[in-house]
Amino acid sequence: MGPEDLISRRNFLARALQAGLTGTLVAGGGILFYDPDGPMPPVVQAVSLPDFSISGIKKQLCIVHGPDRKKSLRSAFQALGGMESFIRPKDRVLIKVNAAFATPPQLGATTHPELVSETVRMCIESGAAYVAVTDNPINDPQSCFELTGIGPAARQAGARVILPDPGAFAPLTVPNARLIRNWPVMVGPFEGITRVIGMAPVKDHHRSGASMTLKNWYGLLGGRRNIFHQDIHTIIQELSIMIRPSLVILDGVAAMVRNGPTGGSFSDLRRTDTLIVGTDPVAVDAVGASLLQRSLDQLPFLEKAEAAGAGTVNYESLNPIRITAG
Amino acid sequence: MDMRVVRRICQIFFLALFLWLCAVMTLGTGWRQLRGWPVNWFLQIDPLVGLGTLLSTGRLYAGMIWSLAVVCMTLAFGRFFCGWVCPLGTCQQAAGYAGRRTRSLAGKVAVNQYHGAQNLKYWILAALAAAAAGSGMFQGMMHVPWLVAVIVCIAIGYFRGVSAFYLGVGLMLFWALVAGFQKIAPGFLQIGLLDPICLMQRFVNFVMLPLVDGGIVDMYPGNRFYALGWFSAAMVGFAVAASVRIPRFYCRYVCPLGALFGLISQASLWTLFRKNVQCRKCRVCEKDCEGACEPSDRFRVSECVLCLNCMASCPDDEIRFGIASGRPLPIDLERRRLLGAVVLGVAAGPVSRLDPLNAAAWNPELVRPPGSLDEAEFLSRCVKCGQCVRICPTNVIQPAGIEYGFSRWATPVLNFRAGASGCQLNCIACGHLCPTAAIRPLGLDEKKTLRIGTAFVDWGRCLPWAMDRPCIVCQETCPVSPKAISTRIHFSFLDLGPLAVEAVDAAGIHLKESVLPPDQLATGDYYCVTGQDVYLRILANTDRLLVLEDSGVQHPVSEDPIRIAIRLQRPVVDPNRCIGCGICQHECPVRGKPAICVTAENESRHRSHALLISEPQSGQP
Repeated sequence: MGPEDLISRRNFLARALQAGLTGTLVAGGGILFYDPDGPMPPVVQAVSLPDFSISGIKKQLCIVHGPDRKKSLRSAFQALGGMESFIRPKDRVLIKVNAAFATPPQLGATTHPELVSETVRMCIESGAAYVAVTDNPINDPQSCFELTGIGPAARQAGARVILPDPGAFAPLTVPNARLIRNWPVMVGPFEGITRVIGMAPVKDHHRSGASMTLKNWYGLLGGRRNIFHQDIHTIIQELSIMIRPSLVILDGVAAMVRNGPTGGSFSDLRRTDTLIVGTDPVAVDAVGASLLQRSLDQLPFLEKAEAAGAGTVNYESLNPIRITAG
Repeated sequence: MDMRVVRRICQIFFLALFLWLCAVMTLGTGWRQLRGWPVNWFLQIDPLVGLGTLLSTGRLYAGMIWSLAVVCMTLAFGRFFCGWVCPLGTCQQAAGYAGRRTRSLAGKVAVNQYHGAQNLKYWILAALAAAAAGSGMFQGMMHVPWLVAVIVCIAIGYFRGVSAFYLGVGLMLFWALVAGFQKIAPGFLQIGLLDPICLMQRFVNFVMLPLVDGGIVDMYPGNRFYALGWFSAAMVGFAVAASVRIPRFYCRYVCPLGALFGLISQASLWTLFRKNVQCRKCRVCEKDCEGACEPSDRFRVSECVLCLNCMASCPDDEIRFGIASGRPLPIDLERRRLLGAVVLGVAAGPVSRLDPLNAAAWNPELVRPPGSLDEAEFLSRCVKCGQCVRICPTNVIQPAGIEYGFSRWATPVLNFRAGASGCQLNCIACGHLCPTAAIRPLGLDEKKTLRIGTAFVDWGRCLPWAMDRPCIVCQETCPVSPKAISTRIHFSFLDLGPLAVEAVDAAGIHLKESVLPPDQLATGDYYCVTGQDVYLRILANTDRLLVLEDSGVQHPVSEDPIRIAIRLQRPVVDPNRCIGCGICQHECPVRGKPAICVTAENESRHRSHALLISEPQSGQP
């Protein structure tokens, strides 16, 4: 072995440094990514929705008779002391409509676009800083919002339309609830919201008896929500305390008396010419039940919601204002 | 100005236009949504789609008439479409350019040499056209114009040379052969497999857009899924990747559309040609020759894609674009091989249709989009472009795999589990977009009564039928009016046995033993059945106390034992009303293998699939 085969000191140091650095990097990387425990069972940070009911005012209910939705709506709020008593300047309002099906508005399976646009306008007139309209429909969301006319109506009136996207859902637990425990709920649109309005049509519903403002909150549920049909009255009861709206608007101008909740034919509708606005969803739905000529016995979810503290089925106790519009 | 710059701008423009028309193919009224954009334009100007459907149906449907314009322009200028318009050609050209950039001049020239295998694409075209014509010729014989066309072909063949004459006679003979197969051999249209526009439509619609959706722009709420998207990606990927080594690999060797243009260009007026017959054979013109058409030698017009690179690179400025004297170099199609390809094509249809899937053993899972023609006619029109799959707002239309038979690959089939919902009652988008009317355009009224299948409840999986759980989501979401799903009330007794009563008072019924699950019977679905067979809804319960609804009926005063029952609504489908939209199947809480499934039974397009003894009046039960 001649001296030319020997590595020079300088070379040795350089190569030793190189090897050392590489070793350090590899070891450092290994330590950085070291995971001694492996995957843990998921920890669910369940969120909850704030109470949006308006504090400091007593429960109110207005029943308007008339065929014109816009006029009825204006008259109702006039009788209740104006939209200003519900929506304050700078309020951020979320309107939960029923846009479950991709059917035209005339068929009454979804919230009527005229009501949506008029409510949005009135909110903005009262100084609302932001109005959004949302739902997580059963049919294709985009088709639903376009075909029902709700999307265009809301946008035209100045509201934002929020379609469901996977990021909007978070696991939610209703206190003391049996069904809504860590269940994905569309809470995204509620971010920064100060007032919530529920808007639904009066519809027949074969499983629950009727679909009105309480059943409408079903549309906030995500995941495999269909399984809750196994206990429909309890899920509506839990929904009634999961979300406490500022007010609800129930459209009973043309009630879907059969073949609900999809309808699909004009013969499924009956003119009942009634619009109900109130701060107690249970009372509002109880009025709606009378439009469908259904007794409380046929709609167990109403008394269950009352028992949970969501409102009262005895709507006469709220001294409803009855007026005729148009 | 260098014409190559014009050509490049043109290529980029048409590629961008192609992508744009794919991107805007989204239901909606916004400017970047489907709103009068001519999204079928590339398919409609594609003469191979036109020729294929013409051969298989004897008709040139609506917008396909545009392809005549391209034929006329090809008659004037040659294969301008390949070099200036085709999006797949542009992608390959870019790959080829990148692949040979670093090569030497000799290396560049070497990859652009003409190869005899470039004839392959003509044989592919011959096979595909013969397959499409197999039945079309027979059906077409019923029409006088077709007969005239055949006679004219033979006459031209006779005057232009014996080979074409033989070819005509051969075709006639094969027609006679296929006529014998009439029962099993309707049109066999497979041009969509290899047509570059169909290929690109599938690639962009099934692969590219779903991948980029949601990045910069949202084209859909939620994700899009496409069965066998990877295969479309592999086909385009292979064509482009191969072009790195062999420029325009697909155009030169495979593309049946290029072959069709090559045939037409034999008669084109303007061509590239050399001013002087003698040149110094430096072959610099071949270094970037896209078509491998031998510009330094005999200028094969049928291979030239008009890239114009030869014109720009000739050091002696010898190459011109204009009207040349003399005939272009004819394509030697090698008559026997051509005949072989035709035999193969004509035979392929009947042979593939020997599969019983095409007869009595039809696949009931094959639910076609609403408005689809009967299966044989559908297959003689569908070019597998995937436009219906792309436009479907719920993603329920999927490209078929080979489980429905090879010939149905990439044709549209409804998959009620893959989509965001079933087939929407008020949507008729697919039929209005279909470029070849394989799905015919429907009106909304017709759509609502047209059956694409029928839903069947699986009693072994359905919650109320099999497991004593209330549900009826299917009934709720059924969109037709009156609903096609009704319910039967059934009280199912709980596995508690008759329960002895201790006392009955104002509070309710007190049981002797503590056997009830506390608070579990208060859902509104449980009933107490008294000894007198009176059913009373349970409002609340503890382990021994039952609080019942006040029905006006006297509570049982006797000490007869009571029983607990759950009230079930069990779904039943009325096949007269069910249109097979599959929304029930999509919404069924039994997700994996739904308890209600749509199959093609009773679909309107086939009387032989009928289920009922009488056809109902439309809209009537």
